[in-house]
Amino acid sequence: MKETINFFSFSDPNVQFVVIGTMILGATAAMVGCFSFLRKRALVGDAIAHSILPGVCLAFIISGDKNPIYLIIGAFITGWISLLLIDGISRTTKLKNDASIGIILSVFFGIGILLLTSIQHSGNAAQAGLDKYLFGKAASLTQDDIFTFSTIGIFLITLTLLFYKEFKLISFNPDYAKTVGLPVKFLEFMLATITVLAVAVGIQAVGVVLMAALLITPASGARFWTNRLGIMIAIATFFGALSGFLGSYISYIAPAMPTGPWVVMCLSLLTVGSIWFAPKRGMLSKVRTQKDNKRKILIENVLKLFYHLGEKNDDFKKERNINELQEGRDLGISELKKGLSLLKKKNWLRKKDGNWVISTSGLEEAKRVIRLHRLWEMYLNQRLKLAPDHVHNDAEAIEHIITPELEKQLEKELNFPQKDPHESIIPYTES
Amino acid sequence: MEGLWIIICGSLIAVSCGLLGCYLILRKMAMVGDAISHAVLPGIVLAYLLSGSRETLPMLIGAAVLGVLTTVLIEMFYKKARLQIDASIGITFTWLFAIGIILISLFAGQVDLDQDCVLYGEIAYVPLDLWITNGGVNMGPRTVWISGSLLLLVLLFIWRGYKGLFITTFNEEFAKAIGIGVAFWHYALMGAVSLTTVVSFESVGAILVVAFLIVPPATAYLITTELKKMLLLTSLFGILSAVGGNYLASMINGSIAGAMATIAGGLFFLVWGYTVVKKRKRSITAN
Repeated sequence: MKETINFFSFSDPNVQFVVIGTMILGATAAMVGCFSFLRKRALVGDAIAHSILPGVCLAFIISGDKNPIYLIIGAFITGWISLLLIDGISRTTKLKNDASIGIILSVFFGIGILLLTSIQHSGNAAQAGLDKYLFGKAASLTQDDIFTFSTIGIFLITLTLLFYKEFKLISFNPDYAKTVGLPVKFLEFMLATITVLAVAVGIQAVGVVLMAALLITPASGARFWTNRLGIMIAIATFFGALSGFLGSYISYIAPAMPTGPWVVMCLSLLTVGSIWFAPKRGMLSKVRTQKDNKRKILIENVLKLFYHLGEKNDDFKKERNINELQEGRDLGISELKKGLSLLKKKNWLRKKDGNWVISTSGLEEAKRVIRLHRLWEMYLNQRLKLAPDHVHNDAEAIEHIITPELEKQLEKELNFPQKDPHESIIPYTES
Repeated sequence: MEGLWIIICGSLIAVSCGLLGCYLILRKMAMVGDAISHAVLPGIVLAYLLSGSRETLPMLIGAAVLGVLTTVLIEMFYKKARLQIDASIGITFTWLFAIGIILISLFAGQVDLDQDCVLYGEIAYVPLDLWITNGGVNMGPRTVWISGSLLLLVLLFIWRGYKGLFITTFNEEFAKAIGIGVAFWHYALMGAVSLTTVVSFESVGAILVVAFLIVPPATAYLITTELKKMLLLTSLFGILSAVGGNYLASMINGSIAGAMATIAGGLFFLVWGYTVVKKRKRSITAN
C-alpha cells in the first residue's frame, strides 16, 4: 500500500522519469503503429527493431562513445537499410514479403549480436549498458533519456498531425493518392522514417523482441472499436500510454518485475479484450449475431413446413404430430423440436394433446416467409431469365434476409403476381 | 577438437531447422516459424518449473504445447476475429514472449534461464557439457547427441510424411479433395518446428533458430524449383553457415550463434546478387 501511495504521489523523481518515459514511448509507438497496421506492414516493425542493433553497435565502435544521439543515428541508418532490403528482396525474387522480413530480421540481429558480444569481449568499459537496446531498460530511464524521448516524441506527433490527411490517403488508397498528384514516394519515405525513429526510441524501453508489440498491438485492439482513423489513433494512443503507466506501476510495487514485458502484457490484455468484447466487431458479438440468425432461420423454416403441409390439403389449422412434421422437411429431430418450442414461446404455435397447431399470428408470419420466397423466385425467373427449376435454392437463402422495404419494391416491380414460377399461389395479407 | 564439436552441433541444428524451414517458406509461413521460436519460451519455463530440472523431455512437451497454442491463437485472431494475418502473428508471439519473461522474473530463484541465453544461446559451452556414461566412458558433448537425434527425427518425419507434406504444401485443394488431412499435416509441421526450436534453443538461442529456419531455405529457393534439390541445397547452405560462423566468431571474438546467422545472411546476399546479375544479363541478351 505504501508503495502505491508513493507511486501515485510521484514524489520519487525516479518514478516520474520511468512513468513519463514509458508513457511517451507507448503513446508515440502506438500512434505510428496505426499506419503500419493499416498498410499491412505490421511485422516490418519487428524487422526494424531487430535491425537496429547492428547500427547501435557500429555507432559505438566508430564513435567509441555511448552518446544517445550517435546511437540513435546508427540505429536509424541500419533500420532504414533493412527496410530497403526487405523491399528489394520482395521485388526482385519470388520470395514473399514475410520471408524477406524473416531473412532481414534474423540476419541483421545475428550481425548485431556478433558485434555486441565482440564489443563486450573487447574489455572496453564504456560499453556497459549497450545491451539496453537488446532487452530494454525502462526501469533505469534517466532525465537525459526523458529529454531525448520527449523531443523525438513531440517531433513525431507533430509530423503525423501535419501530414495526417496525406498519410491517411496513402494508407487506404495509394493508387488514388498517386492520381491526385500527391508525392507518394516521398510520403512513404516520411512514414517509414517516422516508424524507424519510433522504433529506435521505443526499443530502449521494451527491447528488441517486444518492440513489435508496442507498434501493432494497440492499433489492432483499437481497430475493433471504430471504423474511423482519427478515433482509432486516439484509442491506440490511449492504450499505449495506459499500458506504459500500468507497466511501470507494476514494476514499481514489485521491483523484481521487468517493466517492458509488463507493458506488453497490459497492451495484449487490452487488445485481446477488445478483440473479444468490443461491440459489433468483437468476436462475442459476432457469435451472438450468428446464433440469432441461425435461430431465426430455423423458426422460419418450421413455419414454412406448417404452411406447406397445410397447402397440400387446404387446411392450415390442422393438428400435426411430430412424425408428420419430420417427414415434411429434411430437419433433424432435435432441430425440429428446438424450433417447435421456440415457436411456442412466440405464440406462433400451440400444443394440443401432443399435436401441434399453428396460430393465426403464426400463419401470418408463415405467409410472409412463403411470400418472400415465391416473390424472389418470380423475380429471378422474370428479370434474370432463370429457368423455374433453378430458382428455389437461391430463394431458400434470401427469404430470411429480405426487409419489408425490399418486399414492397419487389411486389411493385413484379406487379403483385398471383403465382410463382412453379404455379404455387403467392399468399398476400388481407389488409 | 572443441571447434569441431561446435561445428558438428551447429550443422546438425542447421540441417534440422533448414529442412523444416523449406516447408515453411513454400507454405508462405516464414513468420509463423519466427513467432513459434519466440512463443515457446513460456512453455519451456513452465516445464522447468513443473519438472524442476533441465530435463529434455518435459521441455519438449512444454514447447510443443506452446507451439501448437501459438498457431491456434494466430488462427483464432485471423479467421474468427478477422484480424489481418501479420498483426495476428505479431500480437501472439510478443504476448507469449512477454509472459515467458515475466515467468522467468517471477521464479528467478528456481529457473536457471535468462534472456541472453534465450535470445542468443551459448553454443560455445557445447563441448563442456559432456555425456559420461555410468561406466565412465566419455561419449562426447551431450548436445551433439540431442541434436543428432533431433535430426534423425526430422529426417524420419520428412521421409515418412513426404507425400502428405508435399501435397498439402503445393495443392491444398487437391489434398482436401482426395481426403488427405490438411489440418493434420499443418499441425504436425508446427509441432515439429516447435520441437526443433526448443532443442536448438539451449545451444543456439531463438534468433539463430529463426535464421536457420528461414535463411538457408530462402537461399536455396532462389536457385531451384525442385523440392528435393531445395532440401539438399538448404542442408548445404546450413552446414556452410555453421562452419563459416565458427571461424568468423573466433576471428573477432564474438557470439558464435550471431556469426553463424551472419554467414547465412552473407550466403543469401551472394546468391541473391548472383540471380539479379544473371537476370539482367539474360534481359540484355534478349534485347
